Amino acid sequence: MQLTNRSKQVSNKTMTFSESLFLPAIAKGLAITLKHFFSKKVTIQYPEVKRYLGPVFRGRHILKRDEQGRERCTACGLCAVACPAEAISMIAEERTKGEENLYREEKYAAVYEINMLRCIFCGLCEEACPKQAVYLRHDEFVPVFTERDQVIWGKDQLVEDMNDRYKREAWTKEEARQLDQLKASGKVTTAETRAIP
Amino acid sequence: MELTELIIKSVVILVIFGLTLVIAMYSTWAERKVAAFIQDRPGPNRAGWGGLLQPLSDAGKMFFKEDFIPAQANKWLFIAGPGIAMVTALMTSAVIPFGNTFIYDGKEVAMQGVETNIGVLYVFGIVALGVYGIMIGGWASNNKFSLLGAIRAASQNISYEVAMGLSIIAILMLSGSLSLREIVNQQHGGNWNVFYQPLGFIIFLVCAFAECNRTPFDLPECETELVGGYHTEYGSMKLGFYLFAEYINIFVSSAFMSTLYFGGYNYPGMDWVFTQLTGAFGATTGHNVASLIGMSVLFIKALAFIFFFMWVRWTLPRFRYDQLMDLGWKKLIPLALVNILITGAGILLLEPWLTALLD
Repeated sequence: MQLTNRSKQVSNKTMTFSESLFLPAIAKGLAITLKHFFSKKVTIQYPEVKRYLGPVFRGRHILKRDEQGRERCTACGLCAVACPAEAISMIAEERTKGEENLYREEKYAAVYEINMLRCIFCGLCEEACPKQAVYLRHDEFVPVFTERDQVIWGKDQLVEDMNDRYKREAWTKEEARQLDQLKASGKVTTAETRAIP
Repeated sequence: MELTELIIKSVVILVIFGLTLVIAMYSTWAERKVAAFIQDRPGPNRAGWGGLLQPLSDAGKMFFKEDFIPAQANKWLFIAGPGIAMVTALMTSAVIPFGNTFIYDGKEVAMQGVETNIGVLYVFGIVALGVYGIMIGGWASNNKFSLLGAIRAASQNISYEVAMGLSIIAILMLSGSLSLREIVNQQHGGNWNVFYQPLGFIIFLVCAFAECNRTPFDLPECETELVGGYHTEYGSMKLGFYLFAEYINIFVSSAFMSTLYFGGYNYPGMDWVFTQLTGAFGATTGHNVASLIGMSVLFIKALAFIFFFMWVRWTLPRFRYDQLMDLGWKKLIPLALVNILITGAGILLLEPWLTALLD
């Protein structure tokens, strides 16, 4: 069965005299490496220069707020159930009177912790969330930690800052795919980023 | 020998010694840069501008590592191995003429460590000693891989020394002298030996690669088969000495090849430059400046050869051991013998005809 036409017939023929001198072949090889010597280098100088990894890259987590600055999370625990690495844990609490401007739902997460050593950045929490509260940022990684107490991230690190909102071109995979198709067909060149899913 | 002469001679020796070490040191940097450029990478660029402080940080790392000696190793020979490798590598450069003469206070001092009339033989003797460093280190490690690497190094060096010596005999037939300075002076005015001995040069080049244990002949340290080869058990600066000795050997063999085949410190238009300089600065200073220019020309030639060594390393894969021996004994030695015959015939038949033609 022939799958491609790239296969080459193996032969055991002995080398001709000019081939057994090796010198022409060596010169050819040296020419190839010299060409690469002067070619453009492909390296990206990482900490100073970073590549754009796409709109749905899965970096560090964020707990979104809505347009009025209220936390979206209702502490239903579906993300913790979906998590294959069991990295997420939370303690739920009921919203009291006067806290309506802080929490969107009647129940909220008083404690929400992600163990960054357990997390495998699969994005299943993001898919499980019914309130569109937890997301994996496409533009930031989890920074390198050197101490044990830096491993578990609480709400102070996870909840979104209203002064520096997290914006994205596409908030779901379907949206990202549509955007890609539009960009490929040339109908859209730059997509607008927005803070709200 | 008078005192001023002695002082000038010591300065010359120290300068040559220092230059050899600095060039070997920066060869490690150059090797990594060349490797990176050939593989489309920028190479080391964090330590200093363009990574120029990289050799210093490497050496610092080597010095601060644990100086480990295996329990079953022969302790003194284990220490002696890298030392011998280093000493023999440094001794070779003593007879290479790095430049013409230097005039100070009416005295003419050659830019050369020792001026002997058997320079070529001296280089061969020291190069043959060089294998002892590898052999002793590999044996004293008491490790099968080290021993195998050392045996490979020894048999490879012995095999290729034969072809190397035979290829040089053709040069000696042309020059009629074993003195390296004499050989260089005969190449004055574009009479470079490479034009008379192209085949001999190629044989010598291949043998030089094998003698320096460089790819494609680096079987003694073949990591796919022998872990690390003869330096498997070495660490810290003792390993550093082995690697450093290899780079010194590369530099010395580059300088040696430039001297034997590419005219040494001679360059085209040399006499014109000499008359211009002596006209401008006077006889003594002009002569000294011309000698310095000649010296830098030799260094440029040697650096070009070092680049070629690196270029080949990142182009060719390693030979198999039987292929290596085939190439050495069945191809290079017969070719070198044929080369001697052709040279002899040329000297006998062609030279009278040519001199008659020119007269």
